[in-house]
Amino acid sequence: MTGFLVRRLGQSVIVVVGVTIITFLLTRLLPGGVARAILGSRASPVEIAQFNHDNGLDLAIWQQYLVYINQLVHGNLGFSYRLNESVAGLLSDHLPKTIILLGISTLVALAIAVPLGVMQAVRRNKIEDYSLTTLTFVLYSMPPFWIALILIKWFAINLNMLPPQGPQGPISTYLDPVEASALVLPVMALALVTIALFSRYMRSSMLDNLVQDYVRTARAKGVSTAGVLYKHVLRNALIPIVTLLGLSLPGIFGGALITEAVFNYPGMGLLFWDSAQTRDYPVLLGVTIVVALATVVGNLLADFFYAVVDPRVRITE
Amino acid sequence: MSVRAPVSGLDTLHPHAPVQVEGGEARIGGSAWKLAAYVFLENRLAVAGLVVVVVMFLFCFAGPLVWRVDLVHTDIANLTQPPGSGHPLGTDIVGKDVLGQLMVGGQTSLEIGITAAILATTFGVLWGAIAGFAGGWLDGLMMRIVDSLLAIPTLFLLLVLAAMFVTSVPMLIVIVALVAWLVPARLIRGETLSLRTREYVDAVRVMGGSGARIVLRHIIPNTIGTIMVNATFQVADAILLVAALSYLGLGVPPPATNWGDMLSDGVAYTYAGYWWLIYPAGIAIVVTVVAFNLIGDAMRDAFEVRLQKR
Repeated sequence: MTGFLVRRLGQSVIVVVGVTIITFLLTRLLPGGVARAILGSRASPVEIAQFNHDNGLDLAIWQQYLVYINQLVHGNLGFSYRLNESVAGLLSDHLPKTIILLGISTLVALAIAVPLGVMQAVRRNKIEDYSLTTLTFVLYSMPPFWIALILIKWFAINLNMLPPQGPQGPISTYLDPVEASALVLPVMALALVTIALFSRYMRSSMLDNLVQDYVRTARAKGVSTAGVLYKHVLRNALIPIVTLLGLSLPGIFGGALITEAVFNYPGMGLLFWDSAQTRDYPVLLGVTIVVALATVVGNLLADFFYAVVDPRVRITE
Repeated sequence: MSVRAPVSGLDTLHPHAPVQVEGGEARIGGSAWKLAAYVFLENRLAVAGLVVVVVMFLFCFAGPLVWRVDLVHTDIANLTQPPGSGHPLGTDIVGKDVLGQLMVGGQTSLEIGITAAILATTFGVLWGAIAGFAGGWLDGLMMRIVDSLLAIPTLFLLLVLAAMFVTSVPMLIVIVALVAWLVPARLIRGETLSLRTREYVDAVRVMGGSGARIVLRHIIPNTIGTIMVNATFQVADAILLVAALSYLGLGVPPPATNWGDMLSDGVAYTYAGYWWLIYPAGIAIVVTVVAFNLIGDAMRDAFEVRLQKR
């Protein structure tokens, strides 16, 4: 067990170093260089040279990387020249909002997708299974922003039930009925995409477990159908979903980016999008690092959980 | 540890199944291919998917030959006209015919989706096969690069890249391929690890075949099932990715368009009730992506022996 944990941790550290190298190289890929991007196209060569000298950009590339890493380790993610604020400061405003949106929508998605998947597996190749499969297939194939748009069109414009825009105030106001109702559509938009993914996995995970020997054994010993299903199969079928949660983190972050852009929800995704349009590279790269770190940690936690719940992983790995 | 990769059952079924690929579609050669084709065609949904893709291609590439409208000039007298005579799907925000735009935009979407998928799959397959076959530190290095890139959510990486470069169709293809090759690389590397210990690999080596020959002529052809399944899903993903990028404002510059661009143009008019700017392009995307996903799903079943006796 300890060996597995240590090896997995070591891998994650290597991946994090890899991510920092990639983001570092991305800054150096900028057409015209960082100085040109920040000072603008009218900057004179002297100004650019001065900027490069001031910011250590005239050092050798490996020295620049070490400086960059040193800054990162000290929590300095960069400085947004456009917003005149540190990236870390911007993130402390925006990240919690994204976490709330992601957390709620993932919980909602799980609460809906798991029963759906179970039902599809139990009623497999029957009308319920086919119609739900079709539905999830279509949902899965829809551009996330289009789902969001249609939700706005139906619920905000045609029915006039819910606000078309996400809550704009600080998190402390989210319990206020008006703000809470504003959160409904973004959560729905994000959850619909994940429901499609999760329920498809839940279905196949249930089917994988239904043909296992232990099911036959339990039935032979006289356990009822429902007992086998909920006490044995469901519990085992849920294990891969944990890994799926970890693995789908990048996708969920991507969905958050789109959803926040559509609903003008002031989270990290909207910050990222705004920065992409104004080419605010320090913010883009700072957010990228944070999101990548979250992904690595999420995968790591999912693996650890898996190893704790399923002893076979520890032995075979 | 990762989610279970679809495993090609070809080699267990028939180790010497002749591998012949023609235009992405398998020509029936040996019994394995016949069986795979049979299982595929037996799946009515997959056949429906195939039909939809063919119809969509005809609609986008042959359609403009029949439906001739001016898609270059703006027509200020006829902005955002609802569907009616002359314009079955209405006109867009600069007065262009939506039906015509749908065809031309579809060309771009399909071109980008398919080219990016081919590019990404080719590169990813080579990368994964080389890493898996080489093993040791090279494998470690190559796969850690893949892991690191996979750790950065696709859309974030895409937006950074798209913000750096001026977008055009070739650029979008390269950018999408740049993030899409990672999954095939991982899948093929996993398969290569088990394939490289097969007897026929030893046989080639004994006969004096080089490492490059083993990888290109023996290992990669034996992963063709995984490659084709993955490439099909890649097309679907690429179409969605380009649509997302277009929505985020990084599509192709006008007068060129794609389905994503059409949608993002229509977004601002949601409130005005111009539904014909939102539904046609969106439905075109969904139908095409569903079709490719259905084909990919059926191919996975067709190549996977374990699932064939359902």
